[in-house]
Amino acid sequence: MKKVGKQSYTLTNPVNITSTASIVGPKEKAGPLYKYFDQTLEDEFWGENSWEKAESKIIKETVNMAISKSGIASSDIDFCFAGDLLNQCISSSFGLRETNIPFFGVFGACSTFVESSILASIAIDGGFATNVVCASSSHFCSAEKQFRFPLELGNQRTPTSQWTVTGSGSMVLTSSGTGPFITTFTPGKIVDMGIKDANNMGAAMAGAAEDTIVTHFKDLGRDETYYDAIFTGDLGYVGKDLLLDLVKGDGYNIKNIYNDCGVLIFDKDAQDTHAGGSGCGCIASVFSGYIYKMLQEQKLKKVLLVATGALMNSTSMQQGESIPGIAHAISIEI
Amino acid sequence: MNKEDYQKVVEDKSPNSPIIKNCFNAFWVGGLICAIGQILFEFFKYRGLEEKLCYTSVSMSLIFLSAFLTALNVFNRIGKFAGAGSLIPITGFANSIVSPAMEYKSEGYVMGVGSKMFTVAGPVLVYGISASIIVGLIYMLFNTQSITLI
Repeated sequence: MKKVGKQSYTLTNPVNITSTASIVGPKEKAGPLYKYFDQTLEDEFWGENSWEKAESKIIKETVNMAISKSGIASSDIDFCFAGDLLNQCISSSFGLRETNIPFFGVFGACSTFVESSILASIAIDGGFATNVVCASSSHFCSAEKQFRFPLELGNQRTPTSQWTVTGSGSMVLTSSGTGPFITTFTPGKIVDMGIKDANNMGAAMAGAAEDTIVTHFKDLGRDETYYDAIFTGDLGYVGKDLLLDLVKGDGYNIKNIYNDCGVLIFDKDAQDTHAGGSGCGCIASVFSGYIYKMLQEQKLKKVLLVATGALMNSTSMQQGESIPGIAHAISIEI
Repeated sequence: MNKEDYQKVVEDKSPNSPIIKNCFNAFWVGGLICAIGQILFEFFKYRGLEEKLCYTSVSMSLIFLSAFLTALNVFNRIGKFAGAGSLIPITGFANSIVSPAMEYKSEGYVMGVGSKMFTVAGPVLVYGISASIIVGLIYMLFNTQSITLI
């Protein structure tokens, strides 16, 4: 692994993405990407008696599915990096407590999936691990309960609010294989744009996404022509629009190759999801389901995956703090 | 881009709530709920209930209806459509107590339902009761002509 420029790294031995798995809820099933997911659920509970248990089950089954697809025995997996949105990351730790894989709980809000894969890449390229599994999850109902209002409360959502995805994505990374490969990564800095509106997460995170993307370009001497596609997750419609302007101001026009996982996962008008999807499970399931398959089918060959997180909690919101954002990027090539 | 400039760009790019549509829906649904209350009142009165008891009965009926519709996953849809129209009448207050009670049942009947039931309605109770005490004191101090309110 070699540091390039200010904060980017190229991997000496590109890390192989052996398999991915995705499980999503009923609303995601009704969305435009439904056919790319491995499994879709009929209801939000999945036979459990609480949303928290349902979310744990989703991440557990997603990880099991990714491991079984990889053909690697779970006893041969060296590390698991996983996280979610619930306090103290209980979905991941409860869901994965029976896996018997050395576990690192990761929190980066909605950036957790890519943060985990960066940590896994460091472990593999550094020679500390051969096989690593990464995962993250979110659940609309458990997230609403923790961050907003009870589900049955008769209130109105603002047009800038995003809809937390019920779902999980997982991938198994190995030191060798036939690709797609993680080739470079740029871990993000915390960027606070001074946004205080918890119903406008896209605006809070767009600055962090801009910082990471532009730094990645500059460090590696690349620009928008290098990639077939750039995906952020999850800025939603408002953040996507803002990011395009911010990056344009820095001299890059990514408009033709750029999209956001929160924009892709729902049909905004038919599904009434306002500014689009969000949550740790959004980029995780969209990457593991849709983007990974595009790479496998060689419809995309060079992808920059930028996961963005809003680093806040309900206490910081009530105390009137602004929302710091973060964005981590990995490039995936076949 | 500095924070002030960014804030302006964000305001520019963020869609606003459809205020006119929301106000219109709130107005007619709120009015409809009040009309239902009035119909109930006339009904109770017609059936021979004392007028003072009619007021209480109307409140009780609306609270029951709102709680029942909350449990059926219907009230949140009305609320999404009508906003303040269904929130401001007593129906909204009932919904704000029933919905957290349902939400937190998974944490048990004491620390879940019992303690979280008032997370939304709590502030309304605290400041509603405080305001009524202040108004009561003002009434007591300045009511020199012995006017009774009811």
